Amino acid sequence: MELVRAHVLVCGGTGCVSSGCHKVQEALHRELAKHKIEKEVKIVETGCHGFCEKGPLVIVYPEGTFYTLVQPEDVPELVEEHLLKGRIVRRLLYTEPMTQKQVPGYKEIVFYRKQQRIVLRNCGYIDPEKIEEYVARDGYAALVKVLGEMTPEQVIEEIKASGLRGRGGAGFSTGLKWGFCAKAAGDKKFIICNADEGDPGAFMDRSILEGDPHSVLEGMLIGAYAIGADEGYLYVRAEYPLAIKRLRIALEQAEAMGLMGENILGTGFNLRLHIKEGAGAFVCGEETALMASIEGYRGMPRPRPPFPAIKGLWDKPTNINNVETFANVPHIIRNGASWFAAMGTEKSKGTKVFALTGKVKNTGLVEVPMGIPMREIVFDIGDGILDDKKFKAVQIGGPSGGCLPEEKMDLPVDYESLTGAGAIVGSGGLVVMDETTCMVDVAKYFLDFTRRESCGKCTPCREGTQRMREMLERFSKGQGSLDDLDILANLAQTIKDTSLCGLGQTAPNPIITTLRYFHDEYVAHIIDKKCPAGVCQELLTYLILVDMCNGCTACVKVCPVDAISGEKKQPHIINQQRCIKCGACLSKCRFDAISLQ
Amino acid sequence: MATLKSLDDLRKLREQVQGEITERFGGEVKIIVGMGTCGIAAGARDVMTAILQELRTRNIQAAITQTGCVGMCEREPLIDIVRPGEERITYGRVTPVDAKRLVAEHVVHGRVVEDLVVARFEE
Amino acid sequence: MDMITVKIDGKDIQVPADATVLTAAQMAGIDIPTLCYYPGLRPEGACRVCAVEVEGVKSLVASCVYPVTPGAVIHTNTPRVRNARRTIVELMLANHPNSCLTCERNNNCELQQIAFKVGVRKVSFSGERREWLKDETSPSVVRDPEKCILCGRCVKVCNDIQSAGILNYNNRGFDTLVAPVLNRGLGSTSCVACGQCSVVCPVGAITEKNDVDEVWRALSDPKLHVVVQTAPAVRVAIGEEFGLTSSVETGKLVAGLRRLGFDRVFDTDFTADLTIIEEAHELLHRIQNGGTLPMITSCSPGWIKFLEHNYPALLPHLSTCKSPQQMFGALAKSYYADKMGLKPEEIYVVSIMPCTAKKYEAKRPEMSRDGIVDVDAVLTTRELGRMFEEAGIDFAKLPDEEFDEPMGISTGAAVIFGASGGVMEAALRTAVEVITGKELHDIEFAQVRGLEGIKEATLDVAGQKVKVAVANGLANARKLMDLLAAGQADYHFIEIMSCPGGCIGGGGQPLPVDMEVRLARMKAIYQADRDLPLRKSHENPAVKELYKTFLGKPLGHKSHELLHTSYTCRPLFKEC
Repeated sequence: MELVRAHVLVCGGTGCVSSGCHKVQEALHRELAKHKIEKEVKIVETGCHGFCEKGPLVIVYPEGTFYTLVQPEDVPELVEEHLLKGRIVRRLLYTEPMTQKQVPGYKEIVFYRKQQRIVLRNCGYIDPEKIEEYVARDGYAALVKVLGEMTPEQVIEEIKASGLRGRGGAGFSTGLKWGFCAKAAGDKKFIICNADEGDPGAFMDRSILEGDPHSVLEGMLIGAYAIGADEGYLYVRAEYPLAIKRLRIALEQAEAMGLMGENILGTGFNLRLHIKEGAGAFVCGEETALMASIEGYRGMPRPRPPFPAIKGLWDKPTNINNVETFANVPHIIRNGASWFAAMGTEKSKGTKVFALTGKVKNTGLVEVPMGIPMREIVFDIGDGILDDKKFKAVQIGGPSGGCLPEEKMDLPVDYESLTGAGAIVGSGGLVVMDETTCMVDVAKYFLDFTRRESCGKCTPCREGTQRMREMLERFSKGQGSLDDLDILANLAQTIKDTSLCGLGQTAPNPIITTLRYFHDEYVAHIIDKKCPAGVCQELLTYLILVDMCNGCTACVKVCPVDAISGEKKQPHIINQQRCIKCGACLSKCRFDAISLQ
Repeated sequence: MATLKSLDDLRKLREQVQGEITERFGGEVKIIVGMGTCGIAAGARDVMTAILQELRTRNIQAAITQTGCVGMCEREPLIDIVRPGEERITYGRVTPVDAKRLVAEHVVHGRVVEDLVVARFEE
Repeated sequence: MDMITVKIDGKDIQVPADATVLTAAQMAGIDIPTLCYYPGLRPEGACRVCAVEVEGVKSLVASCVYPVTPGAVIHTNTPRVRNARRTIVELMLANHPNSCLTCERNNNCELQQIAFKVGVRKVSFSGERREWLKDETSPSVVRDPEKCILCGRCVKVCNDIQSAGILNYNNRGFDTLVAPVLNRGLGSTSCVACGQCSVVCPVGAITEKNDVDEVWRALSDPKLHVVVQTAPAVRVAIGEEFGLTSSVETGKLVAGLRRLGFDRVFDTDFTADLTIIEEAHELLHRIQNGGTLPMITSCSPGWIKFLEHNYPALLPHLSTCKSPQQMFGALAKSYYADKMGLKPEEIYVVSIMPCTAKKYEAKRPEMSRDGIVDVDAVLTTRELGRMFEEAGIDFAKLPDEEFDEPMGISTGAAVIFGASGGVMEAALRTAVEVITGKELHDIEFAQVRGLEGIKEATLDVAGQKVKVAVANGLANARKLMDLLAAGQADYHFIEIMSCPGGCIGGGGQPLPVDMEVRLARMKAIYQADRDLPLRKSHENPAVKELYKTFLGKPLGHKSHELLHTSYTCRPLFKEC
């Protein structure tokens, strides 16, 4: 065995790839060769660490020094100082915004400190393209346990006892789901991994597939054994080329090693998995639409019942779970149901990965125990609001989720609490908004997404999302009446009540929650014709401050509609009837003489 | 890549491959090599290579890190060895030959090589 | 089937365990409004109009797809349900043109009926409307996607029942459009023009191509001698246009046509008899001379187009006989013209057909001679109903009148062309007598009758086994063709009709259609057969006269020139 004194882990997640980690890797190889230490120091490309905002990330072991925003030009110094002389390159360390302290160690960074990494355990630690590294981290040990010591019924009981619930959104008990499929009549059954992660801003599934693909395969193997499936699909959206590549490699390696295919590990258990690339319809994340898509049809949901467990892919009993759900399975088997059930709340066990974005200082992927207060995610892990502005709301659960206000910040993040508040865990998107965000505008944004992504099959979703969006559009222009708010509320409730699939049933959530928690803001738009957050263009007024204006005429020249007039060197004035609120004058004025009200 | 034919095969493979991963996150024993300009000038690179070779031959896992100048330039190459729960021993003027002895004596058997010791302190 | 008890609107009721909430409610005498649901098509719960409340289920459910469970408690009339239904219909109306008064489906529109039924008296929503161009590229069917409410019935009939695979969903969300691939015009696709989509469409989004004004123009042209032929399936369905049940209305039909001003009222059945004679001889010729077998009927133009697109290699199996409509046209402008001392171009032939594909068939280039088309205009049963309305003809009060001679004389063998299995039965009545040389007494072939998709029979004819098959609906035809292509169909003769039930279920027939209506029309067809004195095509005196004075013999030179045709290979995905 090669023995090396240091490992340099370069994050190769999609986030870091786009911020240039491959150039950094090349530079590392070059510099190591230059100093002739390429045999002592090993470079490992890993999956995502979750802290994508600070990428490219480089971690040097055995010390575990965490370097952020590493550029190719930093590499000569990093190699010479750290790898040759053992001196930490302080300027590349992560600086904590609160304390302005530079933190060398991975685990000391507040972003990671409050996290509990189970499914992300291997992401950023191992080379996802080497099955040996997964095996070395106890990979496939759960499979050995299952095949060697457990009956399918015992596996299902174990998963039931763990309290694991579907991480794809609905939160249905995974053990129960497996039990239904295991019991369903039929000699041919399928297992499907739903990796059609479509929520804007959510990328936990991608990270798991890129950073630890074998954990998903192992989870599927265990699931297939439990329900009695011998064939399955990984439905991955085509927009995830790196995840697909790593998954393919993982699948090939597992097959070559006899961990996948016929007679797995000599036990007589068979499983053949196919990778199916989804063509980018959001609705294909809905399980029945996903199956239709695999079958070669247009991805449109069909009514349930019958549920896939009874009549699924090609009418055969089928079990579908999401990536993160499968990734939890090997850990539960290895460590026992009670270990898993010890984390989280009474009804929501284990951890959940969230994609933290928006107006917080730290953004990225965070894995936290279920039940953690929302406040801790936003203010501790996220380190509070950017530019120290005031917190306004957090949008949780993707486009089908809801917006929760300050008073809901101490809510434990779990399935029941969030649903009770009008939001959902969903796939785990978490967008933080500050005082400069207009809630009417936010609702409009999400509705615009669902309106486009509706499959078009059922009336309430197809027609209703359009009408809701149009009403929001009118509100944002100060049009409409208070009666319209009632019509909107009723429409939202009807769409939730009557839509065919989860997409339609949850699409009104952004409206329902903003109407509930930010009703005044709607009223301000409709009655006062004001956008309190100063976002809705049509409701803004541009004024020239007489005291500040020195009549330089710069604004006159850029105004596209000749709305500004005034004598040279005299204060100017904006004709409000003409003004189209383009904001050109505001950005041109060098004397802060134009104010926005 | 050899095909695994049984559950045991996989267990064996795990034992084989676990080494490298353990080594990445640090083994039990820490070896710190002074690699400041002074250290390198005094031959620390050859000492490092010798240590690595010896560890490799003996299939030992240890965390090797390097450090910069500690101010005792005339005693370079300096090597610190820390066994878990034991004192940190600093050896001075270590040659590649000494390095092999240090691995054999101190790292493997826990016997401090007294003739090379320049300092010892509690971790 | 096991029965279970459910409670609907407070009343316990026993229903089959596999019932849906909708069927259970119907059994309880409760009328739940539906739109996308259509008997005989796979229910999909797309429109959501049939929403009901099931206790223990969080959201409302679509009753057309939701299965009953023992002890289920269902509410079909709560404020929540009523509000949901009304809101959904309002959403549809907000995106539907307000052109009811000029719509083909005015007074016969399911959306109109439902909007009234669920109590929509104003539409709360306004905003953007879908804007799509009308598709008038098909000679048979017109698509007006702006009126489409995306219920998906046509998609299911086109794919599941007809396996033509032309109509499907394009785009997503608000822009969703039911259309051929890439919103191509129907006329430039492999659409078979069967018109089943126009039968199931609840609104005016898919209708037959309206050729009524063409016919009015011809009727008012003094230079034209306008003759009309009417297909067998029309006489058993035209009454439905005027609220009558399906029954034989031949006499009133003839009287009505005469009142519209046609110079002669003839019967397609005359050439149906002729078709049987030509086709029976063709079959015998093939059997005796080692020709391509099985031979397949060629009366149904949608079927012809289907085969040309989907199985061009099997085209040699098709009988070369033109359909009765086209034989009629060809003879009207030759045999009849000679008799009347008219030039072919002075005769204008109108067909009344249960079929939209007949409009397409009449426009096929093979179906003309020297630039003169065999058939000038084709109207569906529905269009004829509208002409009667426009002319102020009170159909129910018409007297019974007879067809004109000579092309109005026919036998019972011809009238059964209108039902699936009829061409087969008529051909057998003649072929058996031709082969055996003996009179056939037992002339009703029950094995090939009925609504079943594929029917088979093996007959013993003079010691020889004759194996036949009958299919109706193109998905069933496809099954037979797949067998044939795989060399697993050792039949002698196959009858195929494009539409479910045969021509009585044609794409141009009155609305609405379901199994019961098809059965009633079929019953009427066989009644008409029994009512006729002559029931074998070769006994038709007018046809005998035609051979004697004009054609010579079956499959003779004149027959080939006037009564037979050829087929074209049409690629699936290219313009054709």
